[in-house]
Amino acid sequence: MAKRSIVPFGPQHPVLPEPVHLDLVLEDETVVGAIPNIGFVHRGLEKLVELKDFKSYVYIAERVCGICSCGHGIGYCESVEHVMEVEIPERAKYLRTIWMEMSRIHSHLLWMGLLADAMGFESLFMESWRLREKVLDLFDLTTGGRIIFSVNCVGGVLKDMTAEMLQEIERTMGEMEKAFKPLEETFLGEYTVLSRLKGLGKMGPEQAVLSGAVGPTLRASGIRYDARKLGYCAYKDLDIEPVIDTEGDAYARCKVRMGEVRQSFDLICQLVAKIPEGPISVPVKGNPKGEYFMRIEQPRGEAVYYVKGNGTKFLDRFRLRTPTTSNIPPMLDMLKGCQLADVPLLILTIDPCISCTER
Amino acid sequence: MGKLARSPWLLHYDGSSCNGCDIEVLDCLTPRYDLERFGIINTGDPFQADIFLITGGINSQSEQVVKQIYSQMPEPKVVVAVGICACTGGVFKECYNIKGGVDTVIPVDIYVPGCAARPESIIDGVVKAMELLRTKQEEFSRRKKEKKQA
Amino acid sequence: MEALNRILPITMDQFLPTVIRYKLEERRLVQINACRIEGGYELSYSFASGYNMDTLRLTVQEDELVSSITQIYPCAFMQENEAAELFGVKIENIDRDYNGRLYRIDRQTPFKEKG
Repeated sequence: MAKRSIVPFGPQHPVLPEPVHLDLVLEDETVVGAIPNIGFVHRGLEKLVELKDFKSYVYIAERVCGICSCGHGIGYCESVEHVMEVEIPERAKYLRTIWMEMSRIHSHLLWMGLLADAMGFESLFMESWRLREKVLDLFDLTTGGRIIFSVNCVGGVLKDMTAEMLQEIERTMGEMEKAFKPLEETFLGEYTVLSRLKGLGKMGPEQAVLSGAVGPTLRASGIRYDARKLGYCAYKDLDIEPVIDTEGDAYARCKVRMGEVRQSFDLICQLVAKIPEGPISVPVKGNPKGEYFMRIEQPRGEAVYYVKGNGTKFLDRFRLRTPTTSNIPPMLDMLKGCQLADVPLLILTIDPCISCTER
Repeated sequence: MGKLARSPWLLHYDGSSCNGCDIEVLDCLTPRYDLERFGIINTGDPFQADIFLITGGINSQSEQVVKQIYSQMPEPKVVVAVGICACTGGVFKECYNIKGGVDTVIPVDIYVPGCAARPESIIDGVVKAMELLRTKQEEFSRRKKEKKQA
Repeated sequence: MEALNRILPITMDQFLPTVIRYKLEERRLVQINACRIEGGYELSYSFASGYNMDTLRLTVQEDELVSSITQIYPCAFMQENEAAELFGVKIENIDRDYNGRLYRIDRQTPFKEKG
């Protein structure tokens, strides 16, 4: 038997912008086990519900993570609204959905850049992030913020979009779709990318379900599950077909995300065309009492929000099960048997978001 | 020493930030904002870094890491705290696992506020850090010379 | 699309057999949640088959032992460790037990007491 050695990976590592530590057990160059070691970003946000009332907690929820910020705001607000049985105006639902889908594009482009960077494909990294700037400009235009924009509130949204803004969104989406094509071709056709991704970290459908994978990681293994089909926000009016792939390897996960970016371009155009006129929020009276488990589809996968109110303005419990929490066990499975040099790449294929995971 | 002044290397560490500032820091290095035009390169190696850029507040676990990275960096060095959490603790100040801003564990030279800090202000902070680095370097070499003479 | 989202109260004897049944039905473990109630904890285990989600609700006393489900669903280890560390729920036989060193926080079981 080859000699076993343990290689520490992280927390400060060039390929990951976030701190996570793994102890990799190696036999020669092959990984036989990995032990995650987290807690570098743990803040204890869930406990802040005892200090902030349920209306101002939205700002905390949006700061769980800077990449999925908008989604966390929506998830929290929707679950509180569900507990309080508040029906928000249609226009607010559409606005939330537009921001959510734009976040998905921004998140996936960001991921593509990081993946390219991990492969050492620097120019592709720069190209992806340059395209991403266009979405950030739209956020800036519609909300005034680039990353964290705090537009959600319990009962609707805080900012409306003018007709010109909607037009600008539609125009930019068309522009981005054109600019996205060469990127997509490079990611899916370039031989350097193919040789790094094909056949890496294979995961079958049964294993994906039983290890609890969510989002693109699950869909790349051929499972047709996309929480957007549950029909929260304005997704009920949209035509969504989950993007899937059957290969289950790193390349498939990349392909699924590419497909989702395309899908989001299309969804945003549908939303802009359909958005109804009307108010953007309703006044919310009283305090939440009751509990609810809310599932929404974040760029990284399904996130679960749990809200338990006791009739006062402070919630009893807020729990957030983020996509990465669910995706870490499948990632550990994938790592077994891969080469040490592929570890950074494999970790990236689940699109980890550590600050979500640890809250 | 003087030649190095115009190309400092930057090391980025995420204390316990929400990622918002992190991706803005990374964003600064991409084509739109391009920090590299100032001669700055993002490095992962503390032993070669001159500017230490930290985002997010400090918790009990990242405290050791931040201290260690800081001690590994060669003198002279400049510390930039990016984002309101790195400055004071921000919205997370009341969390049980947050100690506060970066200045609770290591000395901070430049504070860049904002949630998330915009790339323009991050660039401004880094450019200020470069100026400071230059003065620190001059000071450093002056002291070295004095030591030699003595 | 209307999907099931139920909370089913369950007793301790029924708990593990139900989880095993879910595993045989190839359900996906969605989440594990602990919540502090007076004199004990409320544990919720959600499982989904397709878009339908059932949540098993287990109510335990403060020092009552709960058996881990990591032998059935290995992927539960993160969330079980979290409940044990932050709330002080006594979960036994966790595969990959971090013994309260998952997040390595200074304060013990911060969610156990209010404030």
